[in-house]
Amino acid sequence: MTVEAEIDDPRDQFPIGMRVLAVDDDPTCLFLLEKLLRRCQYHVTTTNQAIKALNLLRENKDQFDLVISDVQMPDMDGFKLLELVGLEMDLPVIMLSINGDTKLVMKGITHGACDYLLKPVRIEELKNIWQHVIRRKKFDSKDRNNCGNQEKLHSGSVEGGPGSAGTLLDQNGKLNKKRKDQDEEEFEEHDENGPDNDDPSNQKKPRVVWSVDLHRKFVAAVNQLGIDKAVPKKILDLMNVEKLTRENVASHLQKYRLYLKRISCVANQQANMVAALGGTDASFLQMSSLNGAGNFQTLNGSGQFHNTAFRSFPPSGMLGRLSTSAGLGIHSLPSSGMTQLGHSQNSGSSTIDQVNFQQVIIPGNHNGSVLQGVPMSLQLDQLQHNKSVTRVRELSTAVDNTTVFPISSGLPDARMTIGSSSNPLLGVTNNTLMLEGAPQGAQTGKVFGNHSSVSFASLNSGLSSPLPDHRRLNDNWSTAQSSGIQSNSFSLNDTFKQATMQPSNLRDNMSTMALQIGCDPCNVSSVSSISTQSQDLRADVQCRTNLISSNAGQVSNNALAQRWDDHDQDGSYHSNVMCSSINSMIPVNGTVGPLGQHLGPKNTIFHTNMDFNSMEQSNFIDPLYMNHNEVNKSTMETSLKLKQGLFMDQRKPQGSFISGNFGSLEDIVSAMAKQEQDKLKLIEGDFGCDPYSLGTCM
Amino acid sequence: MERNQMRRQLALIRQSFFDQGFLDEQFIQLEELQDDANPNFVEEVVTLYYRDSSRLILNIDQALERNPLDFNKLDNYMHQFKGSSTSIGAKKVKAECTQFREYCKAGNSEGCMRTFQQLKKEYAILKRKLEAYFQQARQAGPLETACRSRN
Repeated sequence: MTVEAEIDDPRDQFPIGMRVLAVDDDPTCLFLLEKLLRRCQYHVTTTNQAIKALNLLRENKDQFDLVISDVQMPDMDGFKLLELVGLEMDLPVIMLSINGDTKLVMKGITHGACDYLLKPVRIEELKNIWQHVIRRKKFDSKDRNNCGNQEKLHSGSVEGGPGSAGTLLDQNGKLNKKRKDQDEEEFEEHDENGPDNDDPSNQKKPRVVWSVDLHRKFVAAVNQLGIDKAVPKKILDLMNVEKLTRENVASHLQKYRLYLKRISCVANQQANMVAALGGTDASFLQMSSLNGAGNFQTLNGSGQFHNTAFRSFPPSGMLGRLSTSAGLGIHSLPSSGMTQLGHSQNSGSSTIDQVNFQQVIIPGNHNGSVLQGVPMSLQLDQLQHNKSVTRVRELSTAVDNTTVFPISSGLPDARMTIGSSSNPLLGVTNNTLMLEGAPQGAQTGKVFGNHSSVSFASLNSGLSSPLPDHRRLNDNWSTAQSSGIQSNSFSLNDTFKQATMQPSNLRDNMSTMALQIGCDPCNVSSVSSISTQSQDLRADVQCRTNLISSNAGQVSNNALAQRWDDHDQDGSYHSNVMCSSINSMIPVNGTVGPLGQHLGPKNTIFHTNMDFNSMEQSNFIDPLYMNHNEVNKSTMETSLKLKQGLFMDQRKPQGSFISGNFGSLEDIVSAMAKQEQDKLKLIEGDFGCDPYSLGTCM
Repeated sequence: MERNQMRRQLALIRQSFFDQGFLDEQFIQLEELQDDANPNFVEEVVTLYYRDSSRLILNIDQALERNPLDFNKLDNYMHQFKGSSTSIGAKKVKAECTQFREYCKAGNSEGCMRTFQQLKKEYAILKRKLEAYFQQARQAGPLETACRSRN
């Protein structure tokens, strides 16, 4: 599947037959709009509820080309829907309203609307709306192309340098992160190519698959020793895993270190981005500062991540999305501020994504634009290839950070945008699922030996460039992906198998898994399938997480997975871990029952997860470790928020929210120092908001 | 002959709608959307409008009985009402909606209530007229005015 193919409308008669989803609570207007659209020879689906619209979009990411929505709707604010769609699915959204106030139009733009029409709509205007679809596709494919090129270029040096660390997260060379992406790609490529590169001394050794369990052990060992004192030999001893060599551990450790570094870089970047974006909202500004701190953007948004992430997903400005994501992460959506962040994401998805991804994690919605909040989760839905992939990665990364580290502090809004890339995220989610399956295999004793699980991941990694359709992914991955995405259990198994068969794709299974997880519909299923496949508890947990994430925004999981993909197997391990944690959280949230009710159990669960995550995180980051408690706290809160988010937003946001909580330790640590209070406040705020949102959403 | 006469009459009535300001160009847009596939499109839309807006009117009535008035809520209702009225081209009704919203913003309860009564009147008048119009249209058979060739 080529990028070009993606661009062209399958019907080849574009714009005829363009698939539009029309949302308007007013039946008269909706009826009229439908007729007008049909007159333009579009394929129209209508719904009078925003929630239903989101469900429709999430069910099948590839089902629609464009969304037209009214601004004022009783069940959900039109702007919020706009953000969500942008984040999760990365679809162009056109706003409709009677009111043509400049302020409102501006709001629409900042939230990511690609056009704003006044009622009564004239058919002449509708005849031109297809341009937005084309424009977006071109933009995405261009990104993807860039990513792909970058991949090729950097096959060499991977392990090395901060550069790669930076890029690791952004698989999809987002504009801003081009360099990073390149590095990432490089890194990922490297990973893909096998551990050999990592372990020069063991060229001939079969590639070790760093499953979630394995990675978890690794992280636990590192934590125990202290990140500074962690030497491969000691880690190896602590881990006590057969067939693992010191060299394997050494390379994994190196990646882990890079990952940590990257997270902090990303956080900084996000902060910069945010700052650059100049949040319009106070929250945004807050977020910016947070970024500096370390992706605390999410702090602002975490609670809201739903809102923020989704809110802004201006096509042009990831910033908007960022803001949202940031909001997602931490608190209740700061409003436009968040969007600001999102905005940055778009452009530099990679950098921002990372930052956001923490936040994004929360929104999780990978599906696409929605990812914003949780770039990872959000994006999952997005089919956009490039974006998604990058996004996913970022999300994963973000997720990793967040998920792994309870501290979601990073909530980089950017991450949120990551979600928007939709495709990437999707891939990620898929990956996650896939990964889960893979690691599970490892868990169960299957020796992937090959990177099969990795291949999944690698698929994702590979995907990082454009996930557009799973097809793009390597055989394994694509199969896994597509299947994962489409058919939950089915794909997982398939992918799983595939993974085993194809060592090459290693990429970080995590990403794949993440992707898988990301896919809402898929994830849920896949998750289940994964569970079945692997008896591993973790798998189940992950699956659940996936499920939850699927529900909530699978993205989060995927994000996690993705993240680890970057790091090569390590990532997947983390992802799994994270997923697990998410799962635990998710199950609670999964019910999507009344928030209040769930909060209780969730919190508990969350705590558990958090601990787990925190543990993981602390391993990674020394300072984080110290803040571990804090993180847990924040995570918990975030998770709570997530939970709320979960309920509040439809699946995606929730998932993302969870991941958000997990956010990177780094972020948390830094944020903690500064923002601990803020977070707490935010969290509280979130809670407050959540119910509100919930109400709004519902 | 009779048909032609009926049609002519119908055309006159229709024209009066525009002349008297009951309907605006949007109504013509609706008519343009009517085609062989949807021969009664305009009537369908209008019926839908009346059905939906009657519910809104009820809500507004109830809200107006409260004391003190919740202007925010009223404004929201009216926003909705205005939206659908605009969609079918109900010019006078739309004007009353705008007026109502002005009073809401100013917090003028008296003005709101007065305007709403006026709005209801206009609404009812238009409804009656349109119902008669459609009935006649059905009797006269497919009208040139009602049918437009597809673009």
